[in-house]
Amino acid sequence: MKIDALMMDPKDNVVTCVREVRVGETVRYRNGEQECAIVAKQDIPFCHKIALEDLGKDAPVRKYGEQIGKTLEPIGAGMRVDHTNIYSVPRDYASEYMGGGKAQ
Amino acid sequence: MKFWGYRRSDGRVGIRNHVLILPACACGSESCRVVASQVQGAVNIVFNTGCSDVAANTAMSQKVLTGFACNPNVYGVVIIGLGCETVPHQELREKIQKMTDKPVVSFGIQEEGGTLKTIEKAVRAAREMAAEAALVQKEECDVSELLVAIECGGSDATSGIAANPAAGNMSDRFVDMGASTMMSETIEFIGGEHVLAKRGATPEIHDQIIRICQEYEEHLTKAGQNCRAGQPTPGNKAGGLSTLEEKSLGCIRKGGTRPVVEVIEQATQPTKKGAIIMDTAGYDIASVTSMAAGGCVVMVFTTGRGTPTGNAIMPVLKVTANKHTYQHMEDNMDVDLSGIIEGTETIEDGGQKLVDAVMQVSNGRLTKAEAYGFSDIAVDHVCRFI
Repeated sequence: MKIDALMMDPKDNVVTCVREVRVGETVRYRNGEQECAIVAKQDIPFCHKIALEDLGKDAPVRKYGEQIGKTLEPIGAGMRVDHTNIYSVPRDYASEYMGGGKAQ
Repeated sequence: MKFWGYRRSDGRVGIRNHVLILPACACGSESCRVVASQVQGAVNIVFNTGCSDVAANTAMSQKVLTGFACNPNVYGVVIIGLGCETVPHQELREKIQKMTDKPVVSFGIQEEGGTLKTIEKAVRAAREMAAEAALVQKEECDVSELLVAIECGGSDATSGIAANPAAGNMSDRFVDMGASTMMSETIEFIGGEHVLAKRGATPEIHDQIIRICQEYEEHLTKAGQNCRAGQPTPGNKAGGLSTLEEKSLGCIRKGGTRPVVEVIEQATQPTKKGAIIMDTAGYDIASVTSMAAGGCVVMVFTTGRGTPTGNAIMPVLKVTANKHTYQHMEDNMDVDLSGIIEGTETIEDGGQKLVDAVMQVSNGRLTKAEAYGFSDIAVDHVCRFI
């Protein structure tokens, strides 16, 4: 099967386009053995992401099965997801330790 | 799965049988180059430190020198020092002799009376060592004896979505077969360290992964530097990387998904088997150097833009998922994973392809960088020279 995008993990809600996609084109990708498709509602450049589902504001964006950021605004399925419409979630090291804070 | 390797007296297995001509300091480097050029089977490194350093830098240089000498791909070592280096060649030799019983000899340029006299003695010693090395027979070894390094450099947008996930899949396959893999480049974990830490086999290892990132960032902050400034870069964003998390996740994916069993200092040997993390710089050459010093015998190096780099003692396999790069730089690229981008192969296929390539190199096939005799090296520093 010819693919147009890569899904990095089945939990993802975006896929990464491996060719330049024009609005209205069908983006085909694999989810494991399953063949899937979504119609692009915007132009998506090479190696940029396309939303697989409707995402509300502040919704987690998942790639590699992990959160890569949250949405700045609602993003519809088939829309482009990039630095202009998602943001990095600030964290600090102290909150990440399982032992509770940096060991001295 | 089996391969033909060289079993050393410490039990570790090498896939090459080099005589290493090792400078004790920068001033010995050129003599080492001449000696290695004279003896078939000998390789040299160029060293830019060994003198006028603070104690922490000297310790780092010593870890690299002794680590290279002890690497199982090395049969024996000929050391050339100057005579006034911080750690004299005799002391370096004794240190190595305590760590390994492979043959080690050393010479000092000032004692011998200059370059030519030193080279004459060193060539004779290297020639004898190479002759003995050639008698060592390979034996059949289990894949679980392999320590495989994983590195990325000259990355582009294809690295994080194809070449690195394929390397990660390879790592999982090796770990599942009982072998060990090593990922490094701490600075590139930052932003995704909370995700990487989830792979920690214990809560302590989880916290260690967070700690090496925090300490790295604090170290740079003390020098007035900010490692997050401008990350992701405008070029990254234009290439589709929207957040630091996304960029870091693309990097750490090359280490696979299996539990991290140990986090080690740079240029030190792991004590456990499985997926290992080494705390190194993100500078690829420094990271490659540290992993060779840590005893890795072969490296898978993913790249998008293409890089020629090679290491004197550890074969480096160059892997790209960028079809243009593979074709345009075919003289430097070993494995083509562009089928993942084109949909003709999956990430799992790519992982299998990399396992096959590593096994071939372990059985003796030369990587391109190795065939050219490349010997890049960079020793990480914690402080300016004095």
